[in-house]
Amino acid sequence: MSQPATPPPPAGTAILTAPGAVSTAAHGAPAPAAQSVGIVQAQRMHFAAPLLLASGATLAGYELCYETYGTLNAARSNAVLVCHALNASHHVAGVYAEAPRNVGWWDNMVGPGRPIDTRRFFVVGVNNPGSCFGSTGPMSPDPATGRPYGARFPVVTVEDWVNAQARLADALGIERWAAVAGGSLGGMQALSWTVQYPQRIGRCVAIATTAKLSAQNIAFNDVARSAIQNDPDFHGGDYYAHGVVPRRGLAVARMIGHITYLSGDDMTERFGRSLRTEDYAFGYGAEFEVESYLRYQGDKFSQYFDANTYLLITRALDYFDPARAHAGDLTRALAPAQARFLLVSFATDWRFAPERTREIVAALIANGRDVAYAEIDAPHGHDAFLLDDPRYHRVVGAYFDRIAAELG
Amino acid sequence: MNLRQDLVQIAAWIPRDARILDLGCGDGALLAHLRDSHNCVGYGIEIADDSVFQSVRRQVNVIQADLESGLRMFADGMFDTVVLSQTLQAMRNVESILREMVRVGRRGIVSFPNFGHWRHIVALLAGHMPVSPEIPYQWYDTPNIHLCTPKDFELLAARLGLRITDRVLLAGGRPVGGFADLRATVAVYRFEKR
Repeated sequence: MSQPATPPPPAGTAILTAPGAVSTAAHGAPAPAAQSVGIVQAQRMHFAAPLLLASGATLAGYELCYETYGTLNAARSNAVLVCHALNASHHVAGVYAEAPRNVGWWDNMVGPGRPIDTRRFFVVGVNNPGSCFGSTGPMSPDPATGRPYGARFPVVTVEDWVNAQARLADALGIERWAAVAGGSLGGMQALSWTVQYPQRIGRCVAIATTAKLSAQNIAFNDVARSAIQNDPDFHGGDYYAHGVVPRRGLAVARMIGHITYLSGDDMTERFGRSLRTEDYAFGYGAEFEVESYLRYQGDKFSQYFDANTYLLITRALDYFDPARAHAGDLTRALAPAQARFLLVSFATDWRFAPERTREIVAALIANGRDVAYAEIDAPHGHDAFLLDDPRYHRVVGAYFDRIAAELG
Repeated sequence: MNLRQDLVQIAAWIPRDARILDLGCGDGALLAHLRDSHNCVGYGIEIADDSVFQSVRRQVNVIQADLESGLRMFADGMFDTVVLSQTLQAMRNVESILREMVRVGRRGIVSFPNFGHWRHIVALLAGHMPVSPEIPYQWYDTPNIHLCTPKDFELLAARLGLRITDRVLLAGGRPVGGFADLRATVAVYRFEKR
């Protein structure tokens, strides 16, 4: 079994090259300019009580990896949970002393002077069970056999993750989150918190998300899963025992996913039809820049991400549909919610298009909930939620400013 | 709070605890005022990034959307009052927004600049399109494509089956008496479906 000692920088490509993201200021004093939280450390917590899952299965004793930034106030009222998306982790902000280039996936959002300001908030990032960055997942040993779970790791849902996060909150002494925030799949978790634990969440900040996947979304996920499952090295999910990894399938899955994260215009802008060669080579190598880019992304991803986790998390995406238990009525599904909401979508996001967020907004208004909704005209498609767009960040920042002001 | 004059009049027509929808809510000043002094639950629709940001800062429920694409996200009768202040004249589809206002709300309130103000007439007599504090744009660079007079609005309201319940014509923030159609700079109407 091999686990990366530290999760590598996931998701948005821009994150990888974010200028100034690697800060030398460890636990820096308040500064006028926004900066990184600096050096951070991952922590682990063991949970002995089994977690009952939506499928009816249980997850026996498990571990969660998490990170915290900022200080929990005496009233324990300033905690903010940040939920991660498909390929990210508990490493939300900052860098590791031993890996100064491994910048947290939302480092531009969370930090001193950043929109989610760690001088005022105690921010928690947690790696969900089933993931592959340290929390119990398919790579972990199954206590029943002592061998990696592999294909036997139970299917987990967004609701299961929220339950696991609630247990972490209990253990950290956080009765109620000032806010739960996330983008994409992370936004689904934030949304689910409001109906699963309405008394335990003050605000829900859900970005570039949806209350259910479309047929097209599920179709893309199925193609990605097929690529993995059809890789000869997959061995029905028990590839660990064979000492191989379905790297080719995983790379293709990532390439497909990556296409859906970018807008068509963004791809045209970045790559156009540019060739890496002088002229056509009349072959099938990576001649176009876009091919080279996607193959690079796929290869890199396949070196650190676990294939079973990819299946698991895309399935959790497919299954998320809180309205399903209410005959498709999202308004009724969200009726238990007591939180206030900030929703953000991006005009060029065709994966979870603005219309999907508008459906959530409409349901919340029908329920008389407080909701603000910003539709950002950013060119970067779904990935925009990870990028540093001033129109986006100032709205999120203003929203968190109000939360901080209420905390006093 | 220093509210714009037509907004003061609009607020005066809104009862306590009402559910309000403010179309083109700008920086959220009216909704913040209604929340703080009338205990209203309100939502605003706004398209401009800066205004959405200002509204979020005021903790107003602002929904970033284009009014021209309608109020589809709202169900019939969801609101007590729907407000459209100083925006009607910039709407492409005036008739449909007025119909939508009384679909999603029991009552509608609109305010708009009076194109029939005497200064505007003077400007036209002098051979120029009017430019005034209420319509401060040059003809080639104006968002105002559907300017009208109080009488014009009343005719359209009648044609759409809207019953006007209240009307105030303002100049310098005060109701105008005689020759109001010529002296008023801003008209404010409250109406409901007949």
